[in-house]
Amino acid sequence: MLRHFRENKSWQGTLLVLPTLLWMVVLLIIPLLLTLVVSFGRRRADGGVIFTFSLDNYIRLLGLQPDCLNPFVCFDPLYINILWRSISLAFWTTVLVIVLGYPLAYFIARAHPHRRNTYLMLVLVPLWTNFVIRVYAWMMLLREQGVINNVLGWIAARLGIPFEPLQMLYTPGAVLVGMVYEFLPFMILPIYTSLEKIDLSLYEAAADLGANPVRTFLRVTLPLSAPGMVAGTILVFVPVMGTFIVADLLGGKQVVLVGNLIQNQFLSARDPTFGSAASLILMVLTLIVTYFYTRKFGFGKEIVAA
Amino acid sequence: MTEFAVELRDVVKTFRTPEGTLLNAVDHVTLQIRNGEFFSMLGSSGCGKTTSLRMIAGFEWPTQGEVFIAGKAMGHTPPFQRPVNTVFQNYALFQHMTVYQNIAFGLEMDRVPPAEIKRRVGEMLELVQLVGLERRYPRQLSGGQQQRVALARALVKMPKVLLLDEPLGALDLKLRKEMQLELKAIQQKVGITFVYVTHDQEEALTMSDRIAVMSKGKVMQIGAPVEIYERPSNRFVADFIGESNFLDGTVREVEGDYATVYVPALNAEIRGLNTGQVRRSESVVVSIRPEKVRLSSQTALQNNSFVGRVTKSTYIGADTHVYVDVRGYLFKVWEQNKISSLDPKAYYTIGQEVVVNLFPENTLILSGM
Repeated sequence: MLRHFRENKSWQGTLLVLPTLLWMVVLLIIPLLLTLVVSFGRRRADGGVIFTFSLDNYIRLLGLQPDCLNPFVCFDPLYINILWRSISLAFWTTVLVIVLGYPLAYFIARAHPHRRNTYLMLVLVPLWTNFVIRVYAWMMLLREQGVINNVLGWIAARLGIPFEPLQMLYTPGAVLVGMVYEFLPFMILPIYTSLEKIDLSLYEAAADLGANPVRTFLRVTLPLSAPGMVAGTILVFVPVMGTFIVADLLGGKQVVLVGNLIQNQFLSARDPTFGSAASLILMVLTLIVTYFYTRKFGFGKEIVAA
Repeated sequence: MTEFAVELRDVVKTFRTPEGTLLNAVDHVTLQIRNGEFFSMLGSSGCGKTTSLRMIAGFEWPTQGEVFIAGKAMGHTPPFQRPVNTVFQNYALFQHMTVYQNIAFGLEMDRVPPAEIKRRVGEMLELVQLVGLERRYPRQLSGGQQQRVALARALVKMPKVLLLDEPLGALDLKLRKEMQLELKAIQQKVGITFVYVTHDQEEALTMSDRIAVMSKGKVMQIGAPVEIYERPSNRFVADFIGESNFLDGTVREVEGDYATVYVPALNAEIRGLNTGQVRRSESVVVSIRPEKVRLSSQTALQNNSFVGRVTKSTYIGADTHVYVDVRGYLFKVWEQNKISSLDPKAYYTIGQEVVVNLFPENTLILSGM
């Protein structure tokens, strides 16, 4: 029996997968199914759930009323706007994080091997602090009597220019800055990993064949580091779509994202059915975006050979 | 057009070692490589051959001295502006490009019209026998095929000089031998100057028109393969290329092309070709190749013949390697097996008494640096 087991590869595979599989079924698949069921239910007056099959929550998310499905009569773009704002914020966060992270990742990858680990550690240092505390730090910087306004005011006073404190906190810009700050390391690390794998002789080969540094970058470095950018994009785009803390603290009531909407439905509005529907819509949206994105650029497609 | 495709004039390249000391990886090297020549730089690792090649390619700049390509001083010209192309040791193929795209890359960088790129890449694919594989990616090719792509990619630009950095090092022996002949044939067909870096002496001897033997950053000898092997200019070259018996001694007499040397190890005089231009009473080294030593049962020469005893005999197929002890000095002798026999007596047996004959015309007297 034992020998049979030892020689049976598929048995071994099953056993290796089993713990994670159980974990995922209990803590992911079952809750997801529950969410699905709840999203088709109706809110009970006390905040509980009446289990039925109703599409009301989805109809409301699309901006219509259950008793008025004509978009020309009673279309309310509130929730569509929230979804759109979330997607566009996630998009711009990703773009900015690539623009800021790529040069740094490149610098680290081309640095002397002795120094690379130090630089990487510096990239990771902010992650040692709690996520929420880091967002609070940004509040200190951005608020009306915050560090930035105080410094600007001091400079203005020195120059004799009249100065009104800037309204930075509770703006979409503040949320964007916070998101970029929080997620930058998640872009730098995968890009660094793919850049570091590129054999130095490839740069020499490109130069040897007549490519100047700019063309070497565009034709060799950039395509070979694409897997890192794809991985980084997924690591950044997906969580930004769902995060609510940053928008909550830095955006206040001015910037409401899907994450905030869901949080509100569960905690303040006490409508778990609508919250569940919004959660599922968020998940489906995220899946659709990442699906088309990875179809176009590949995911885990190893184009950099060892 | 000048006579030389590449010229190094008193080139020095100094590196800082991890310990902080300075090291001349290339130490006052001067050499000229002729147009259309297959020129090899041969030496063990760390002899400066690859650094020299990299200075020609432009990946390194000389600390001192100057590199000329086609008569032009290169100074700090970057690699992408030099009329040379390189075949890298690990091929350095672009993994994200197909065979076709790899070969076309250099032409695209030169903004060659697309129609001409297509034609020239097609010609190259034919030359290196890769027709039909142009849409494959490098990782889908065997080592030998990747090697051909690297060659085609560099050759397609028709450079003045093609630099090859141990391009066959990663191939197995049989394939390597095939590629040696093929490389030589391609070189003769395209007529481009090849500068070939290798640590494999047989490879260098097979392919090269001329070889520079290097050691510790210095050029030890430059010459045609036959010169390097038959007339090594010093002990290092005689030792590095093939094998040799070396005997230290002092010159007693010089007459014409020959010199007579007293060898303390044998307590005897040996006459040999004065290839090292040595003078009377100079300390020298006598060098004779194992295959040029003759064994006989009776003394064949007036001098240069020594009676000894076989201490070891190894049958290796084409040859028998015989080790003969003469007054404490062990001669290596390679005897060709010209007779087919299973009888051990047809070969040399341990303890057998033989005469070692060193013909003066095969015995070289080298200055004993």
